[in-house]
Amino acid sequence: MTDALLLQPAHVIAAAVKARRVSAREVTLSAIAHVEAKNARLRAFTDMTFDRALAEADAADAAIEEGDEPALAGVPYGVKNLFDVTGVTTRAGSKINRDNVAAGADATLVQRMGANGAVLLGALNMGEYAYDFTGENAHDGNSLNPHDPTRMSGGSSGGSGTAVAAGMVAASLGSDTNGSIRVPSSFCGLFGLKPTFARLSRAGTFPFCASLDHLGPMARSVTDLALILDALQGDDPLDPAQVSRPPVAAMAEVDRGITGLRIAVADGYFRNSGMPEAYAAVDYVAAALKVSQTVTIPEAARARAAAYVITTAESSALHLSRLSTRAADFDPDTRDRLLSGAMAPAAWVIQAHRLRSWFRDAMREVFRGVDVILAPATPFHALPSGTKTVTLDGVTMPARPNIGLYTQPISFAGLPVVAVPVWLNGTKLPIGVQVIGPAWREDLPLRVARHLEREGVVAAPVAA
Amino acid sequence: MTEAFDPEAHADAMARAIGLTILPEWKPGVVANVKATAAAAELVLSLPLEDHVEPAPVFVP
Repeated sequence: MTDALLLQPAHVIAAAVKARRVSAREVTLSAIAHVEAKNARLRAFTDMTFDRALAEADAADAAIEEGDEPALAGVPYGVKNLFDVTGVTTRAGSKINRDNVAAGADATLVQRMGANGAVLLGALNMGEYAYDFTGENAHDGNSLNPHDPTRMSGGSSGGSGTAVAAGMVAASLGSDTNGSIRVPSSFCGLFGLKPTFARLSRAGTFPFCASLDHLGPMARSVTDLALILDALQGDDPLDPAQVSRPPVAAMAEVDRGITGLRIAVADGYFRNSGMPEAYAAVDYVAAALKVSQTVTIPEAARARAAAYVITTAESSALHLSRLSTRAADFDPDTRDRLLSGAMAPAAWVIQAHRLRSWFRDAMREVFRGVDVILAPATPFHALPSGTKTVTLDGVTMPARPNIGLYTQPISFAGLPVVAVPVWLNGTKLPIGVQVIGPAWREDLPLRVARHLEREGVVAAPVAA
Repeated sequence: MTEAFDPEAHADAMARAIGLTILPEWKPGVVANVKATAAAAELVLSLPLEDHVEPAPVFVP
């Protein structure tokens, strides 16, 4: 019974634990067994924290005994290994960072998960320093796609996708700079939330590109995303980049339905360079929502290019001393990109930042006419592991940077997105659609995603 | 990116300027990435912006 419960969404597990139909300890023991049974094959976890998990489970059970009702009571989860976890070295997918001392404290978001009764099973595989969309890692092995282990999980929060889709945990936390929550959500068939830029504290996580880094949850239900978002919000003086805003009432809003919402499909850039399944998934969701309106996101290609320039230059500067002294210890795929980023002239980077301001204002204008925009999350289903090039609209290009071509312009504007998983007829693999809202309005894409889930249009089953 | 832009020469000069070593076997990958970044920068630089459009750095004194 406990094993079956583990495969349910996080909010169902929390309800069962709070009602004392099952203890957090029993759920945790079941999760540990699942991790031990599946991890060697799928390589989701790089660090296990089972002793901590059992201690957190016992604390949750004791709190319930005393009449508390923690929102995430007994929910097993994992975090991308760039989150600080007390006693674990924050490797950020790298070999080099393994020489660092173990973290002395949890990242702010890990603290908040724990304060709400969640149970941390460990840290999850990721692309080195988050500079990938593949979930491939030269040091730890590739995190694999539970729906087809010959394929990529997607990255860079690859293990975060693998662990949830395989049913090892109910939810995970990842990071998303240019698409690293939305891409593995698409490839692994999960719901993923990239909140508004600067909504959630990044304190205690290893950075990739400070101008663009976001953190957020991945799960198997939209309600779980709302529940976790509510748990994670709140000002944190330890994060100098966080913007102080009133929290969005995610759980209070998520079931409000879509009546009155103006929804449109992104055209232009978002109808080019994809495989047929990318457009088919958007059309399927649009039809279910009875949406025929289209909207143009202006200068999306330039927005993506600017995000590309900022990412390579800023991440290279972050790693400059390591590139000087330990270049041979990088994953070769990451090293070449970081070395080249250090060579970008300053004018390219500053102009890209100016373009970002322009693009933000342009997106504010767009959202005067619509409430929610639909766009593909990835140009194709999960690629076979090791794929180096893709051919899109007749142009052959490197796979690694182009998996995120639809996600990158959206995060550049800092907009909140829920990635929803679509299973097209005749396909065995999922593909995601981005449900995009205006800044600071996570409630709107969550409502649309929840409506789609309730209507059976999108779903995130555990892999068989 | 002008037609005269030579990504390999740029990579060599910049590596010397900032003290990075690029082993011969890394060179093709680095040059390919310099070229990709230059192409992206060309798109960015070709959008005319008004003088008052400022970057948005995260700095709160």
